[in-house]
Parts: sequence; C-alpha cells; structure tokens
Amino acid sequence: MNGEIKKMTGTSAGPALVKSRCHLQVKKSLCVLVQHGMCVFGSGRRGPGGPTEYRCLVERILYTLRFPRYIYTAKSLYGDTGELIVEEVLQRGEMTMSSVVKTVADRLTHNMEDGRSMDYSEVISAFSSLVDTHFLQRCLAACGKGNAATSSEKTPNSSAATPESLTDCYKLPQINLRGRGKRRRSSGDSDVDQRGGKRAKLENKEVNRTLCGDEGVFWQVNFERFHLHFRDQAIISAVASKMDQTSSEIVRTMLRISEMTTQPNAAYTQPLSANEIFRALPASYNISRSTLDQYLTLLVDDPMEFVGKSGDSGGGMYVVNLHKALANLARATLESVVQERFGSRSARIFRLLLRKRHLEQKQVEDFAMIPAKEAKDMLYTLLSENLVQLQEIPKTPDHAPSRTFYLYTVNQLPTARMLLQHCYKTVGNLIERRLFETRENKRHLEKSQRIEAILASLQVSGAEPAQLTEVEEMITAPERQQLEALKHHINKMDSSENQVDETIFLLESYISSTKTSH
Amino acid sequence: MSGRGRGRGRGQLTFNVDALGIRSGESLPPSAVKPSPVFPPMQVQPLPLQASEEVEYMLALKQELRASTKVLPFYIMPAKPKKDVVRYSDKYQSSEPQNNTIEWSPDWSRMPAELRVKVRKPLESRERPALKRKVKSEGKQEVLQKLEKLEKKEQEAASGEEEEDGEGKKKNEEEEEQEDDNDYDGEEFEEETDYIMSYFDNGEDFGGDSDDNMDEATY
Repeated sequence: MNGEIKKMTGTSAGPALVKSRCHLQVKKSLCVLVQHGMCVFGSGRRGPGGPTEYRCLVERILYTLRFPRYIYTAKSLYGDTGELIVEEVLQRGEMTMSSVVKTVADRLTHNMEDGRSMDYSEVISAFSSLVDTHFLQRCLAACGKGNAATSSEKTPNSSAATPESLTDCYKLPQINLRGRGKRRRSSGDSDVDQRGGKRAKLENKEVNRTLCGDEGVFWQVNFERFHLHFRDQAIISAVASKMDQTSSEIVRTMLRISEMTTQPNAAYTQPLSANEIFRALPASYNISRSTLDQYLTLLVDDPMEFVGKSGDSGGGMYVVNLHKALANLARATLESVVQERFGSRSARIFRLLLRKRHLEQKQVEDFAMIPAKEAKDMLYTLLSENLVQLQEIPKTPDHAPSRTFYLYTVNQLPTARMLLQHCYKTVGNLIERRLFETRENKRHLEKSQRIEAILASLQVSGAEPAQLTEVEEMITAPERQQLEALKHHINKMDSSENQVDETIFLLESYISSTKTSH
Repeated sequence: MSGRGRGRGRGQLTFNVDALGIRSGESLPPSAVKPSPVFPPMQVQPLPLQASEEVEYMLALKQELRASTKVLPFYIMPAKPKKDVVRYSDKYQSSEPQNNTIEWSPDWSRMPAELRVKVRKPLESRERPALKRKVKSEGKQEVLQKLEKLEKKEQEAASGEEEEDGEGKKKNEEEEEQEDDNDYDGEEFEEETDYIMSYFDNGEDFGGDSDDNMDEATY
C-alpha cells in the first residue's frame, strides 16, 4: 500500500493535494512517510488557510537501498552498539534519544549471555559519539507550523530550512536515564510472572511514562555525513590502488583532519601544512619528514590530481581536490563500463575521445591504432548506445553533407547521467525479479517455514531424533533443491542491488558536485 | 546541391558517405522494425559479484532489515477485500485494528492535524473515564445510581442508542472487575463471548501444532 502511495506522490513530483475526506489507508501511509522523512508537508499554494500540501522527497526514498551500507559503516566505526543505534533510527525514521537508548540496550541484553545486561550509560556514550561526529542530527521542529516547537530552537519559516540551520543541531539533551537493559521474558518462566503480571505491567507502564527530559527532541540519521564518509573512503581506496598503501594513509590523514572543517559541498579541503600532516600521521607509520615530502610531491604530480599544492608556507600547503577526485572516479566508472561491455579496444576509443574531446573518423582510427573497418564498427556500436555523440560542424551555410565536418565526441556529464538512469533501471529490474521469484515459490517457502517451526518446537520439548528426521522428510528432495536454488537466486539479486548501489552513489556524488560548482 | 529534396532520389543519404567511412557496395546493418527483445543474448558475460566478508555481512543485514520492516507497525497492509458473506467468527478473529488508527503514536505536534484519524466512540464512552475516577473513591452503589441517572439523561439526548447504554454500563462494570483480579482466564473473557477462542479456529493451524502429542499415534 505504501508503495502505491509513493508512486502517486512521486509521479506528481510537485506538491500534491490531499483532500480531507480521503481514504484512511492513504492517511496512514502519509503518516508513515512523514515519520520517515520521505514526505514533507506545508501550507500550500493557497496559503495557510488552504489545504495542506505534501511533497515527496524522492532521494530519501532511494536512500533505503543504502541502509545496509550505513549500518555496516556504523558498525566498523562504533562497534555493535553504534550499529544497533543506527539500525533502530533508520527503521523508525526519527526517535527520541531515550527511546533509542532503551530499545538498543534491550536488544543487546537479549543477545548477551544469561545474567548479564547492558548498561544504559554505554549506549548513551555510543550515541554521544555518533552525534559528536555528526552522524546523527536533530530533526527539524514541525514543519509548516512556523512557530517554535521546542524550547530552545526556532525554525525559520522558509522552505529551505535544513537541520543544520538549527543552532542546537548536534547538542545532546539532558536526560536522566539510568538503568540497564531488560531481557525479554521467554515463555518458560511465565508461571512466576503471571501472578505478579499485573503489577509488573503497571510498573513497566510507569517506567515508560516517566519523562526523561527530552520529549519533542527527535533524532534522525544524517545521510549527508555518511555520504561524505563514503566519498572519502572511495578516494582513499582509489589512491591505494593507483599508488601505494603509504600514500593512501597520507590522504586518509589529510581527510581525517579536515573532516569537521570542510563544508559538505566544498571543491577542496582546507589547506593543510605538511607539518600538520606529519604530526597527525598515525603512530604506526614511521616515515621521516623528507619521505613525507616526497610522497606529497608524488601525489601532487600524479595526473589524477587527487592532491594539490596551494602554497609554500608551513613546509607546503596541500589540499585534497574533492571535486576533481569525484570526476576522476566517475570517469573511471564510465570507462570500465565501456570496457566490460564492448571490449578493451572500444574502451581505448572511448578514453581517447574523453581526452581529445572532438575527433574525426580518420583521426580516431589513427590515434587508436585500430584498423578502419573495426574502428568504424566500434564507433557505430558506441553511437547506437548513446555513449558517443556526433557533432556537426558545417563549412558552408547550407549544411551540405559533403562539406561538413562530423566529429565524434564524449561528454562526461550527460553520459554519467545516462548511466545513472541505467543503474536505477537495473535496481528496479532486480527488485521486480526478486518479488516475482518470491511470489512464484510462495507455497514452498511457507511450507518450509512451517516445518522449521515444527522442528524448533520439537527440539525445545526434547523429542527423539527419529521424530526429527521424520518431520524433516516432509520436505521432498526436489523441493529442497528448489528452495536452495531460490535462496541462491535471491541472495545473488540482493548482493547485486548492493553493488549497483555503490555505482549509483559514485555517479550521484559526481553529478551533484558539478551542480554546485557551476 | 546534392542531397536537396527529401525523398527525391533513393540512395541519397543525408550525411556525407565518405566522411563516415562507408564504402559503396557495403551493406548497412538492417534497420530495426520492432522494439529490441526483452532478453537479448549477451555477447559478453558480466563480471562475477564481489564476494568478501563485508559483502556477505551487508547481504545478511539487508535481508534482516527486510524481514523486520514487515513486523514493524509502519508496514501498512492493503485493505482486506470484502468477503462475500460476513461471518460471525470475523468479529473475534480479525487481526486488523478495529478502529482505523495507526498502530503507533507519533508526536502529533510534528504531523499535520488532518492525518489524525479521530476514533468515533459512542457518546457514553467519553463519560467512562470520568466515571472510573469517581468509582475508586465512592463505591459501587453510588456508581449504579449515577449510571441510572446518566442513562436517563442519555435517553433524552440520544435516541436509538438506548440498547448500547445498557451494554456499555455492563461492559464498564466487567472491566472494573477485570482490573481487580487478573487471574481470570484471559482467553475466555477477552472479547465477551461465551466460547473459548479456539472455537473460532477454522482449521488453518491444524497439523502445525503437533508439539505436545507426538507420542500418540495419529490416525
């Protein structure tokens, strides 16, 4: 149902009117979408007196593809606690700090051994570190209302209000939350609990209702910050594969120092002196100062231009060229697509056209050192796939074909946009196919789930192995094979979605970087 | 002026033949007369997927996320299609929320007010909270008296809800009794029927609950 509503609002792209007598399901779906930040509302074209208008934020919906990546990043940076915090906030859209802490502590306690439980203070410290590094941010107060919803924040009544415009965007609220995670009671010890059941229920309700001091302060995941992190990771791994490990460590250090000081859309980081970089290198890298200088010179001279030199004070001022790096990464992506699809010689022609901009047919053959017939063939294939464009330059005003230059050219930005559309279509196809496979085999899946449930309950109540095997045999061998094949397919499709999403991220970052610099 | 005049002179193409390298007499590829096939045969096999630990972890995460979103209250099921005959057991077996509110409570100050579905309860239920508070201090006798007074008031005010008044007050009393001792068999009293809830099972779960009786022979 949610999918249908999304389609409806998405296609209109602009604000959509919702009549007050609309279907209840639509209302519920809109609530869910607003909760998750995928839809914003406000007073519409008729002013505050008119009906509310809703607008769908398409890119937020597309970020759901990337949820596993966000969660994995949080895990690698902040451990299991961080991972669960980010997962909870992602699944529920926005949450207050106290509810996050309670839920995560309960989940961690559930996975721990018996008798141990997770203290709230540990979860709070993980939460604070996530906020300090800007991975989580406060949500805007109620949009469209124009008056301060919480005590310390005032939102400007403009449609361009972003969470960063709040002064307290990353300020933790004072909450008085002490305690430990509660283990969910399994059905085994229910006898003891039933008699005290009502009292326990009342106590729980009271605990839940105690105000923790942060009502109305909701937190959401700061997607932009994660994206900056991914971008940095991509640059570092590109340097590592092009040059060596030490250079990538240097670039990583430079990016780490300028994490907080660089604006999100900046074309390059703040200039860093070589002395700063030297001091900030991790202790495990014992390179001398002169070696560092040599590495930096190498990085600056590299044609990829990841690092640039902006001055000579402080031993040399260096910047990381973010936009150039993104453009290079996008270009490498395009080249690899052509290579994998059409072969390495077509890729050579493609690279040639990228570097030399406009070339005639004859020049292409000469520079690429490919015989004329094959070059022509490859060019036409690329032209039909729209990866290469033809540019006419007339010699005479009447555009006579015999007296016109026809030049082949590649434009990086439009080609990147086209590939991005292809990626989206790919993901759509993958999802469609996965749903189809699941639907086709629904009966099998349900049967296997039921049998697993029977097996699990048998094992809990301690049955003999003979009974277990008897139950297992209820699934026949060909059915088992079919289920295995289904599982394999679905895993493959999910994995492919994740991988295509990496390409989507690169291309999207490149395209948005060009928007801001122009 | 060669090439002037569209369609005049077949074999004259709009672009310069020499510049594009087509020699005369060579056959051009056939022009497409229908849309390209849906699954064209691939000339080149794609590269295999990456298969590192990180990739597998993210795969597991993705599938877990998908499973858990189905359980969250945010997952809105499509409206149930209307059945041909309304069955009695539907009243006790339906799993959807009875009133059409969403199953979680957001912070309504952050949502537009028009999305809030107001639950329409019959008139006397609004007075139930007031009654409950008074009950604790006063006692049952006075409650019954008050109820009778209110009943008379409502009989004047609302017509056609008289039957529900009586039921409503009985429900009220029963709920108070329930609150005192929770040791009642919750199953039987849950939804005000005289039947145990398993009476309404329509046999869908049969065969799946064979956990306790595996020792006995099944016929």
